[in-house]
Amino acid sequence: MKIVVCIKQVPDTKGGVKFNPDGTLDRAAMLSIMNPDDKAGLEAALRLKDEYGAEVTVLTMGLPKAEDVLREAMAMGADKGILVTDRVLGGADTWATSTTLAGAIRNLEYDLIITGRQAIDGDTAQVGPQISEHLGIPVISYAQDIKIDGDNVIVERQFEDRYHVLKAKMPCLITALSELNEPRYMTPGGIFDAWDKEITVWGRADLKDVDDSNLGLKGSPTKIAKASDKVRKGAGEKVAFDSPEESVAYIMGKLKEKHVI
Amino acid sequence: MALEEYKGVFIFAEQVDNKISNIAYELLGKAKDLAKDLETDVTAVLIGSGVKELADSLAVYGADRVIVVDDPELKEYRTEPYAHALASVINEFKPEIMLVGATAIGRDLGPRVSARVATGLTADCTSLEIGNFPLEAVAGQEQLHNQLLMTRPAFGGNTIATIACPYNRPQMATVRPGVMQKIAPVDGAKANIVEFNPGFTPDNKYVEILDIVKSVVDTVDISEAKILVSGGRGVGSAENFKLLDELAEAIGGTVSCSRAVVDNGWKPKDLQVGQTGKTVRPNVYFAIGISGAIQHTAGMEESDIIIAINKDESAPIFDVADYGIVGDLNKIVPMLTAQLREAVK
Repeated sequence: MKIVVCIKQVPDTKGGVKFNPDGTLDRAAMLSIMNPDDKAGLEAALRLKDEYGAEVTVLTMGLPKAEDVLREAMAMGADKGILVTDRVLGGADTWATSTTLAGAIRNLEYDLIITGRQAIDGDTAQVGPQISEHLGIPVISYAQDIKIDGDNVIVERQFEDRYHVLKAKMPCLITALSELNEPRYMTPGGIFDAWDKEITVWGRADLKDVDDSNLGLKGSPTKIAKASDKVRKGAGEKVAFDSPEESVAYIMGKLKEKHVI
Repeated sequence: MALEEYKGVFIFAEQVDNKISNIAYELLGKAKDLAKDLETDVTAVLIGSGVKELADSLAVYGADRVIVVDDPELKEYRTEPYAHALASVINEFKPEIMLVGATAIGRDLGPRVSARVATGLTADCTSLEIGNFPLEAVAGQEQLHNQLLMTRPAFGGNTIATIACPYNRPQMATVRPGVMQKIAPVDGAKANIVEFNPGFTPDNKYVEILDIVKSVVDTVDISEAKILVSGGRGVGSAENFKLLDELAEAIGGTVSCSRAVVDNGWKPKDLQVGQTGKTVRPNVYFAIGISGAIQHTAGMEESDIIIAINKDESAPIFDVADYGIVGDLNKIVPMLTAQLREAVK
C-alpha cells in the first residue's frame, strides 16, 4: 500500500503574527511547527504502515525551509519526503494550493492520501476536499478512526451529534482530526536516518496537468482586501476579594444590575 | 466566465434527518440583507430525500424561492451526491453568491463544490457585506462595485482578513453558525418551489454508509442558549462539573465547555465553545476555570455579558471579561448557586 500524507509547516499561532506590506502573511518571520492535524494524519499513516505495511510519502508545499517538517516526518517514520517550492507558487489561496498539490500527487502512485482537517494558520479545512476533487477520488473528511479492509477503507466520520461509519474504495482521500491519535515522537535513530535521506524538491515544471492560470497569487480566485490584527474587546472590571462570600455578593449584584435575575 | 450572467443570493439549506438546521435560517437572514443591497432575491437550495415539505419553513425565514433536489441517493449526507446536486444547481441557475454553513457538512461540501465549479471559497466567515474591491480606489486598477466582502478570523483568531472573489462566480463562503441573525418569521409564508434533479449515478466517488452512530447525550444546541455556564480545565474533573450543572439549573442556563474539557473526555464535543467548537453569543457567559486562550475567546467574546471566575489572576480570560473574579471556583460556584436558588424562589 502507498500512502501520501500532505503536511504543512505553519507558524505557531501562539506566537506573534506578522504581515508583509501587501497584507499577506510574513511566514519567514514566525516560529514554525508541523500543523497539528497534519501530524495526526501522519501518525495515522504510520500506524497503517505498522499494521498492514505501507510506504509513506510526505508532501509539502512551501518555502525552502519547509524541508524541516519533512525531516521531522521522516524522523517519525515516513519513508520519503517531497518539497514543492517555487516562487510562482507563493501567495496561493486554497484553490491554487490544492491545484498545486494535486499536480504533484499526479506524479505519484497512491492508494490513500491523508491530509489534516485544517491548518492552524488559515483554519479553512478546504485544501483536502479540493485536492480530492481535482484528482476525481472520494473524500472522507473529519476522520476519527481509519481501518483498511482489502481494497477499501473503513472510516469513522465525525459530525456534530453523530458519526458515520463509511466505506470507500481506494484510492481515497481522508482528512484527519487531531483527536484521531497521539502522534509519536521522533526517535534518535529516526532523526539520524532522516538527515541522511534524500528529499525530493519539485518546482513548477514538475507539476503534472496544471495550468499556470491556476497557480500562486495570480491563480487564486480569492483576494485579500484587508488584513489586520484583531482589535480585542477591552477588559472590564477585575476583582479579587478575600472571601468567597464577597465574590458571590459581587456577582449577584451584577446579575441584578443587568436584570439577569 | 461571463460574470454578469450570475444573479441572486443562494444559500444551502442544510437539513439532517429531514429537519432544517438552524444555520439555514441564519444564512437566509444574512442573504436577505445582501439581496437588498444588490436589488436581487434570495434562493434556498434544499437537498435530500423526501424534503419538499420542508420548503415552506424556508419561505417563513425569508427565501423568495426554494430549489428542491430530491432523490433517494440524498437520504443521508454523503459528499459526492450532495456535491453533484449543489454544483449542478450552481451551473444551472448561476447564483452570484452561494452561502453554505461552516458545519461538519458544509465544510466538506463547500470546498468540494467550489473546486468543481472552479471558484473561490472563503471559510468560516463571521461577517459578510456588499462593497468595493479594492476597498479604496487604486490608480491603474479598476475598482469593482457590488462585490461580496467576506470577513473571517485567521491565525487562531489573532487576525481578521476581509476577502473578495472579484473575478469568479459564484462568490462562495462558508459562514460560522451562531453569528448571523434570523429574521422574524413570516407566518404562513408559502415557498415558490422549483424542482430540479440532475440525475444520480453512483461512481467511485460514492461512499457506502455502514452505520450511523448518534451521540447518546441529549444534544442541546449551545449556540441557542441565552445563558451559558462554561467550564474549563480548572474545573478539575468530569465529576466536578456537577457544580456547573447545578449553577446552570439554578439560573436557567446551559452547560458548555472549552476544548481542554473535550480533550480530557469530560464533556462531549458538541458542548465545546471556540475556534474548533461553536461560536456562541448568549446574554450571559460564565467562564469558570477557563484560562481564555484566543482559540476559546474567538468563540464567545461577542457575548453580551462575560463573567469569569479563575484563580489565576493573570489568566487571559480577564482581558475579555466584563466582570472578572479572581478566586476559587469550588467555593464561589456552590455558594452562588445557593443564592440564586433563594433569589428565584
